[in-house]
Amino acid sequence: MYEGAVQDLIDELGRLPGVGPKSAQRIAFHLLAADADDVRRLVDALTQVKARVKFCEVCGNVAEEERCRVCRDPRRSPTVICVVEEPKDVVAIERTREFRGTYHVLGGAINPIDNVGPDDLRISQLMSRLADGQVTEIILATDPNVEGEATATYLARLLGPMGLRVTRLASGLPVGGDLEYADEVTLGRAFEGRRVVHG
Amino acid sequence: MHVSHLSLQDFRSYTQVDLELEPGVNAFVGPNGQGKTNLVEAIGYVATLGSHRVANDAALVRAGAQRAVVRTRVVRGDRASTIDLEINVGRANRARLNRSPVPRVRDVVGILRTVLFAPEDLVLVKGDPDARRRFLDDLMILVSPRLASVLADYERVLRQRSALLKSAGGPRRRGRSTGDDAAGSPDLRTLDVWDAKLAVLGAEIIAVRQRLVVGLAPFVDDAYDRVSAGQGRAEIAYRSSLASALDLPETDFLPTVAEIEAQLLEAVSRLRPKEIERGVCLVGPHRDDLVLTLGGLPAKGYASHGESWSFALALRLASYSLLTEGVGDSDDDFWVADSREDGEPVLVLDDVFAELDVRRRQRLADLVAPARQVLITAAVPGDVPESLVGVRFDVHGGEVTRVAR
Ligand SMILES: Nc1ncnc2c1ncn2[C@@H]1O[C@H](COP(=O)(O)OP(=O)(O)OP(=O)(O)O)[C@@H](O)[C@H]1O
Ligand SMILES: [Mg+2]
Ligand SMILES: [Zn+2]
Repeated sequence: MYEGAVQDLIDELGRLPGVGPKSAQRIAFHLLAADADDVRRLVDALTQVKARVKFCEVCGNVAEEERCRVCRDPRRSPTVICVVEEPKDVVAIERTREFRGTYHVLGGAINPIDNVGPDDLRISQLMSRLADGQVTEIILATDPNVEGEATATYLARLLGPMGLRVTRLASGLPVGGDLEYADEVTLGRAFEGRRVVHG
Repeated sequence: MHVSHLSLQDFRSYTQVDLELEPGVNAFVGPNGQGKTNLVEAIGYVATLGSHRVANDAALVRAGAQRAVVRTRVVRGDRASTIDLEINVGRANRARLNRSPVPRVRDVVGILRTVLFAPEDLVLVKGDPDARRRFLDDLMILVSPRLASVLADYERVLRQRSALLKSAGGPRRRGRSTGDDAAGSPDLRTLDVWDAKLAVLGAEIIAVRQRLVVGLAPFVDDAYDRVSAGQGRAEIAYRSSLASALDLPETDFLPTVAEIEAQLLEAVSRLRPKEIERGVCLVGPHRDDLVLTLGGLPAKGYASHGESWSFALALRLASYSLLTEGVGDSDDDFWVADSREDGEPVLVLDDVFAELDVRRRQRLADLVAPARQVLITAAVPGDVPESLVGVRFDVHGGEVTRVAR
């Protein structure tokens, strides 16, 4: 244990995902030794991210305005919605340059162990986006693991009866993994080879 | 395939050992507690990333050391691969394939394939069904490595589904909820989805296990006949929890994956109230068993110690035969034997010969002699039949020396 401020910093850093106690200590002492300007820039970035970044009121992606960059872009087709778990999945799919529609970020996947059910995901928001009948296809791009598959099946069963084309990314993605771990070529191919699903 | 080189650093009792192994028979001979099993355990670890003796890696690292290193060279056809494994105490293990680090340690699984028999295998006969399920599932992965992810996903679905059943049944079990319409509970809207996942994955597992058992059965019969004192036939049968859930009649032909999936869906829908009440998944491959019978009687509870031991050995020998010779059913594309590419596994027999009389030793020797590579341990040199000529290593006080023969 260190005294006061140093220990507080180590504790806070240790709360971050992927940062163990050893790394937390190393980062803390790195910051302690760093230039005051460097530290100020980091503090600024942290403050800005909380002050400026919001979630897009349409799709739930991270945004600096009411709507995210994709939703504001008039060239993006409003007839196809790609459903993903997290904002980082939007980034992964954008990198492929394959997809010209819009997104819907659920904010997770169905996961009874962690007590996450359909009501904890942005599913009702998705349903209201479908109300005006503009959307013709929903691409289910949840992660290729057990929870992502279960979420996709749940949505397919919900959306199927609405007369929409519901598709799922082709297999071939790393099994059991996160969408973001797939490289651009593989993910692009999975998009092209997407198949219609029926719950 | 065969292992041509084994080197250990701080593994079990060994500080450092380097061995050149040969195709054919390699016998490790020495008094009790000298480190014979430790050597073959290391080879089994390279194949499966697990020990046949302990569930936890910690015991594999030499007392006082921080990490163990197991290096092997595996020759298959005209290709050689080196697998280096680092087993760390309190830290993630690491693996290198042909000197390059691999992203995940389990990427090296399947390069070396082994079938290992050890005295611990007695639990296959005397123990609970989970030991026998694990036996079938390990064999399934050797037959078709792709199925490892099906098994892992099924485990995960079970955990998720059980969590859902518990949270849904909680209020009922505590007697707060009323009414019979469980599907109306908000937690249960996703249960249908988990039922579907359980059925899809469970059906594939059950179908493969049933076909494995059919393929294994004649080999078990033959191997038991060789290594037992010859009383009664050894039979194996797959008993699925589906059969009792649905009162299925016994049939001679195997259902297809699609049929099993439909049966599983039917079973979970019938069992739903019970599952919610108890908060556990009551039907599926995780509740199945491999039933062993000896002369018409259940082996568990009836067989003598010697008979049980012979049955366990017969199960391993049968696995080896199945993997080497394959199964004949050509219209079922579940698996093919891999021996044409020199893929037949390395056979490991720990402490086998001491338990057998001279006649049965000879019959076992005849069975294993043609194998590409066999690793044998024995406390007494005379226990290993003369006809099993090959390389002999003396194991004594942490030293392993090759003996000319
Ligand atoms: N992690 C460890 N560190 C140090 N020594 C160990 C470790 N694990 C096991 N041993 C030692 O290894 C020895 C057992 O070796 P092993 O099981 O290979 O014997 P064996 O030659 O097969 O004997 P047996 O003929 O009785 O089967 C024991 O003396 C045990 O104390
Ligand atoms: Mg031993
Ligand atoms: Zn948006």
